[in-house]
Amino acid sequence: MTYFADVRALARKDMLLELRARDTLPAMLLFVVATFAVFHFALPERSSHLAASGLLWVAILFTALLGLGRAFVPEREQHVLDGLVLAPCDRSAIWLGKGIATLAFLGAAELVALPVFALFFHGVDAATIGAVALADVGICAVGTFLGAMAVATRARDLLLPLLFLPLAIPIVVGGVGASVVSSPGRYLGFLVLYDTLFALLCWATFEYVVTE
Amino acid sequence: MTVPRLYRVPLPALAAASLVLVTTALALVFFVAPNDADQGFSQRIFYFHVSVAFTAYACFAGGAWKALLHLWKRDPRADLESYVAIHQGLIFGSLVLVTGSIWAKISWGHWWLWSEDQLVLFLVLFLFYAAYFMLRFSVDPGPQRANFSAVYALFGIVLVPVSFLAIRIAKSFIHPIVFTRHGPNFGGWILAAYCVSQAALLVLAYTLYRIELSGKRIDLRLRELRTA
Amino acid sequence: MIRARKLGKRFGEKRVLRGVDLDLEQGGFAVVTGPNGSGKTTLLRICAGLALPSEGELEVDVPRAAVGYLAHEPLVYRELSALENLELYGRLYHVPERRERTGMLLERFGLWDVRHERVASYSRGMTQRLALCRVLLHDPQLLVLDEPYTALDTAGAELLDAQLAELHRERTLLVATHDPDRVAPLATTRLALA
Repeated sequence: MTYFADVRALARKDMLLELRARDTLPAMLLFVVATFAVFHFALPERSSHLAASGLLWVAILFTALLGLGRAFVPEREQHVLDGLVLAPCDRSAIWLGKGIATLAFLGAAELVALPVFALFFHGVDAATIGAVALADVGICAVGTFLGAMAVATRARDLLLPLLFLPLAIPIVVGGVGASVVSSPGRYLGFLVLYDTLFALLCWATFEYVVTE
Repeated sequence: MTVPRLYRVPLPALAAASLVLVTTALALVFFVAPNDADQGFSQRIFYFHVSVAFTAYACFAGGAWKALLHLWKRDPRADLESYVAIHQGLIFGSLVLVTGSIWAKISWGHWWLWSEDQLVLFLVLFLFYAAYFMLRFSVDPGPQRANFSAVYALFGIVLVPVSFLAIRIAKSFIHPIVFTRHGPNFGGWILAAYCVSQAALLVLAYTLYRIELSGKRIDLRLRELRTA
Repeated sequence: MIRARKLGKRFGEKRVLRGVDLDLEQGGFAVVTGPNGSGKTTLLRICAGLALPSEGELEVDVPRAAVGYLAHEPLVYRELSALENLELYGRLYHVPERRERTGMLLERFGLWDVRHERVASYSRGMTQRLALCRVLLHDPQLLVLDEPYTALDTAGAELLDAQLAELHRERTLLVATHDPDRVAPLATTRLALA
């Protein structure tokens, strides 16, 4: 299907851009490790094991925000978005391609972040990893979408966290729940629900974000 | 200059109806409905708290509906209507937080209760819809701003049930202090007081919506005429 | 191919276009002139399909895939090479024989030797030539060009002259320019915006 060929071409382009610039991914890696260090000092001595789990999710969220803020910058700065919008492909492919690339970067950052977290605080179980994977999908779907809007406004990077955080609260609930509770099924299921609903909404409405 | 009549119910009639309903509601709530067994007189704010919450949901839903009309049918009036509806929703949403907080202080001695699902939900929605306004003010007027606002309004209405569910399931690991409360037994005057307050607030919200809408429309028309 | 009646465009309160009529038949060449700020770019964007008119009617008989739009900005990624940019657009437009066509265009516009270098390292004139390659890559039926001669040196301008003359025979062109005399011999319709 040509739709997926278009998505692949666009995702490939985004990965290529990041490989050339080599700034977003290293920044995300450094940021997440620095955040863990800050957490160590921010958690008073007798804080529970659980507090650290909660903070893992805070770190993931803000590291993602760092990457998401940069996602559509080349398109807007150089007005290339017009070129992509003119192309005969479905406009949602632009969102999906960019989202997939961002997901890859976030995943790459977490490949380092999770072991470092295990080193600094405590081990990470399968449920947590599953929750991180599911949460990443939701974060990238919604974050990429909002990033496209934010970058077209005057406030730019001021606006993205404001738009994103209320929508991210359910993701945090799902993620922390799955990490902390003994039967995480309910929370993982909730994350699947969130991802499905919002990815569908993003896919259906991205057209209107880039056209008049 | 006359503004074309767009709605069937004229504004003065709405305003009069609001006045009558709100007065009746206040009378019923404060003088007629019996005291609550547990909490006494202070519980009465609950009639307004619940009604205001439902009214806020109705405003957000109305805003989302108008947003859908804007995107789908390209209705030229829908953007402004969506914006005003969400504005009303945010105002009533703030009232939910205020009345809820007052009720919590009077009943339990705390200004904020994480155990109150409705209150927490409105905190999230308040944050979300406040960001709506930041978004709107950060884009120059035009088709792009209308599209962004409409899409964001749709995200909002999907967020309402999702957040509510999230808040419910979060309780297993957050363990807030839960205060038991007996629900009102909906009999006789209590039911009447509640229904009238709800109706009063819905009509009031709609009246305010129409007032703000006509004000903004006139303003817009004036500016268009100036630059024509 | 393009039929516009009483086209108007406003952004909020600012009115940019008013009461524009345009008729461009297939194979025609329309030249749009006017001082800065007269709405030439807005008109071209509307005809290319990037913007919707606020008032009036517009009929454009070609699908999106058959329109080629040259904007003020080159619409290419500065951090990618010419080849990578054209590769992307070639895929998005499903250009048949993509590699051959890309190579042919790069050679024609004198960019073959720098095809692997980042666009950020190009001069303004070279970037404009790449933009022209991008526009022509998918062999569009309708070409909408916004001041195509910008930044081109004499050689580049002559290349473009030849290209336009060749295209004029089989394609439809809508060109906005500050220098109408250059394209005057080819023009079939003129539109002057106030």
